[in-house]
Amino acid sequence: MELWNLFIRSIFIENMVFAFFLGMCSYLAVSKKVKTAVGLGAAVVFVLAITVPVNFLIDKYLLQPGALKWLDPSFATVDLSFLSFIMFIAVIAAMVQLVEMFVERFAPALYSSLGIFLPLIAVNCAILGGSLFMQQKEFTQVSEAVVYGLGSGIGWLIAIVLLAAVREKISYSNVPAPLRGLGITFIITGLMAIAFMAFMGIKI
Amino acid sequence: MAKKHKWQDLIKDPLNENNPITVQVLGICSALAITVKLMPAIVMSLSVLVVVAFSNVIVSLMRNYIPNRIRIIVQLLVVATLVILVDQILKAFAYDVSKELSVFVGLIITNCIVMGRLEAFALANKPWDSFLDGIGNGAGYGLVLIIVAFFRELLGSGTLFDIKVIPQWVYDHGYVNNAMMLLPAMALITVGIFIWVQRSMFPQLTEKE
Repeated sequence: MELWNLFIRSIFIENMVFAFFLGMCSYLAVSKKVKTAVGLGAAVVFVLAITVPVNFLIDKYLLQPGALKWLDPSFATVDLSFLSFIMFIAVIAAMVQLVEMFVERFAPALYSSLGIFLPLIAVNCAILGGSLFMQQKEFTQVSEAVVYGLGSGIGWLIAIVLLAAVREKISYSNVPAPLRGLGITFIITGLMAIAFMAFMGIKI
Repeated sequence: MAKKHKWQDLIKDPLNENNPITVQVLGICSALAITVKLMPAIVMSLSVLVVVAFSNVIVSLMRNYIPNRIRIIVQLLVVATLVILVDQILKAFAYDVSKELSVFVGLIITNCIVMGRLEAFALANKPWDSFLDGIGNGAGYGLVLIIVAFFRELLGSGTLFDIKVIPQWVYDHGYVNNAMMLLPAMALITVGIFIWVQRSMFPQLTEKE
């Protein structure tokens, strides 16, 4: 039940895009067509669901204060948490590469549809943000990290697909010239964020 | 891109005509999240400025030695190292602000401004030019951040730097702080309006579709 609650929270209430503005760069750049938006969204879900648990384990068994105890009791005072940024980003870059090779080998159809998006994900702030929030939330179990990674990925997917759908339609309307493109996209996202606030306070 | 850059242009362009946030659409993630108050916005802008400028210099110094295939990873490592330094300094000297910025200091690593400038400029230019380019882009980013934070703090909580600026008699006449401005959604709309104003003033920036 607790996990289910976390899942819903991370999709709707703590939505990566609408509550924390993570992954905005690719969110704005790749939301012109629904089809590509779905591709990128799927790739983000995939990578988040893998990197968050992996980084959770690294954080728990290598970086936290006293995490190295399992190696030798004398390491109990070692605190490597200042290394977490560099560790996380290295894990993400490596994971993205690995996932890319795996998908290419075992699911060529998926690979060709994700195509160029996979490598780009390494520098998507939503991915690193997922790991950093995971660290901040101080989960105790891997299952929580898995659910959180999956949930925030799905939240991002929903957000980008919704925006792409709106932008496809808006090309038929007459937007004031200075607002065209970037400006109106920001305002649409803002209005969508207000709509998402309706989910606030939901508990299951 | 071997042409010579005038140093004034390197700093001036990103402030307006080539602003990283409103024109190049880079680094928006962190720009929105920490603009609720002015103080964190300024600290964030300074951190980004430092990171962009110095990572630009470092990558520019190494540009002839980095193998093309692994350049992204090399860049990420340079940036991550600098960000760790900034983060540790903030934790040591400005603990409260670093608490408020929470994960967003770490997210400078994946801030597209840094990567974007490294790819677009530092890899092809001399260290000094890259340094100026970094300063210019960092300042352009900071400018937008500070303007947005100014309006959000003023209208949202009636304060600037946590000091009350809207006098009491205004409240006595029924003025109420607009708590909407503090919500994430309004950050997006404020930036949208900012872009609108900027593009109406400089029509050459308008996008053609």
